[in-house]
Amino acid sequence: MDIFLQQIINGLVLGSIYALVALGYTMVYGIMGLINFAHGEVVMLGALVALSVVSVLAGSGLPGVVIALLGLAVAALVCMAVGFTIERIAYRPLRKAPRLAPLITAIGVSIVLQNLAMLVWGRNYHAFPPVLPASQHEILGATITSLQLAIIAIAALMMAALVLLIQRTRLGRAMRATAENPAIAQLMGVDIDRIISFTFVIGSALAAVAGLMVSANYSIAHYYMGFILGLKAFTAAVLGGIGNIAGAMIGGILLGLIESLGAGYIGDLTGGFLGSHYQDVFAFFVLICVLVLRPSGLVGEKLAERA
Amino acid sequence: MLEVTGLRVNYGGIQAVRGITFHIAEGEMVALIGANGAGKTSTLRALARQLDAAGGSVRYRGKEISALPPHALVTEGIALVPEGRGVFPRMTVVENLLMGAYSRGRDPAIADDIARVYGFFPRLSERAQQLAGTLSGGEQQMLAIGRALMSRPGLLLLDEPSMGLAPIMVQKIFEVIRAVAASGMTILLVEQNARLALATSQRGYVLESGEITLTGEAAELLANPGVRAAYLGE
Repeated sequence: MDIFLQQIINGLVLGSIYALVALGYTMVYGIMGLINFAHGEVVMLGALVALSVVSVLAGSGLPGVVIALLGLAVAALVCMAVGFTIERIAYRPLRKAPRLAPLITAIGVSIVLQNLAMLVWGRNYHAFPPVLPASQHEILGATITSLQLAIIAIAALMMAALVLLIQRTRLGRAMRATAENPAIAQLMGVDIDRIISFTFVIGSALAAVAGLMVSANYSIAHYYMGFILGLKAFTAAVLGGIGNIAGAMIGGILLGLIESLGAGYIGDLTGGFLGSHYQDVFAFFVLICVLVLRPSGLVGEKLAERA
Repeated sequence: MLEVTGLRVNYGGIQAVRGITFHIAEGEMVALIGANGAGKTSTLRALARQLDAAGGSVRYRGKEISALPPHALVTEGIALVPEGRGVFPRMTVVENLLMGAYSRGRDPAIADDIARVYGFFPRLSERAQQLAGTLSGGEQQMLAIGRALMSRPGLLLLDEPSMGLAPIMVQKIFEVIRAVAASGMTILLVEQNARLALATSQRGYVLESGEITLTGEAAELLANPGVRAAYLGE
């Protein structure tokens, strides 16, 4: 089996998921300059809700794909409602507060959501029922499952849809105008509050999709999974250039590839001293490098422009 | 058409506008002149609900508008061309114009109005797909005015349209402002260039330290010795 190609495939799958989550961070940052640290918990909620729905329906005799889609639909609705509510009760009252206040609030929201999830789902790891076909395909000596193929395809589709929404529609124009200059956007008749709510809802829907993907791909979900995943997706957004939509996608994919190749080769490179369980190190190494060497990210504009 | 009574505006901890009263009739072009810091921009921004009024009333077509949410103003028919133009730099010229028509939803006549704006400013049609941030200052001012016209306003508020522009560009901009006024648009013009403002308008108000100290026909003000001494540099 070709290790290199295999790690590329794994990296693309992981990167697609990071990219979807990173978009949620970057859209909110682009519009209101806020890093919504509770976003990772929305992914976690999406994963657990989807997993619960799938578990309930697993014995129903419905086709696996239908069950997964139903799980996704419920998870998306729950996450959209949660995202909407978070903005409404935790961030909107702080719209004019100093930037540190909403940041701390975001961390508070994150803790609240984690604990709520722990109350509902307990501390245990939950296994994702094997409802999806586990067929494997060989390409050039590497293996890709149909689930992995689906993850890459769906993520690509959703990102394309998002780009179309933002670049080609009246609503997308209003979002970009708000991101560039909220006061002027208001002059044009844009209701900023609605645009911000909408941004949270869209980001949360993407988070729900990512949550289902993670729990299905790794067959597992638990109340604490949002923390590390959120941190990595945030890293991806910073890597690409926070506030930049294309940057979040590129940063996500790139981070997935870096992690996966790093995990694949770290054993060889260190003579077996470090193993693939050091995978998480790479994301944070990348984060530090970006912050030190190029804080505006790969495709980001100069941060001073926003100040 | 616009009745402002006892308007007060606080800005940056000071009373920038101290109870001013003025009006604009339908189809009229009125200039608001005054020195730097006299409260001209604060007045306009309060009218456009960019700033909250601290007191007084603003009635537009008989309706009190001083407490409306900021995004509702354009629906009432008031468009502001802000000081410093305020174009969206990372959106194209066309997209900026489309944003101007945002309040009109999917009105099919929007395309005709874009053509009309290009009629006023042929330069904009040459740069239609260019990012607004790459335009010159004068072109950005054209775009800002064109964008305001895209909402089909009943009242156009112009804040310092000549600011920072080369004299030839100022001439061009004011030619278009005159043409827009001639088409029947009601305009409130705020300008530091008092001569130009009064030469373009029918009436004028002089604002000093947040209070209106003088008002009259534009020609009268141009001839007024006090105005000539204070604002026309004579």
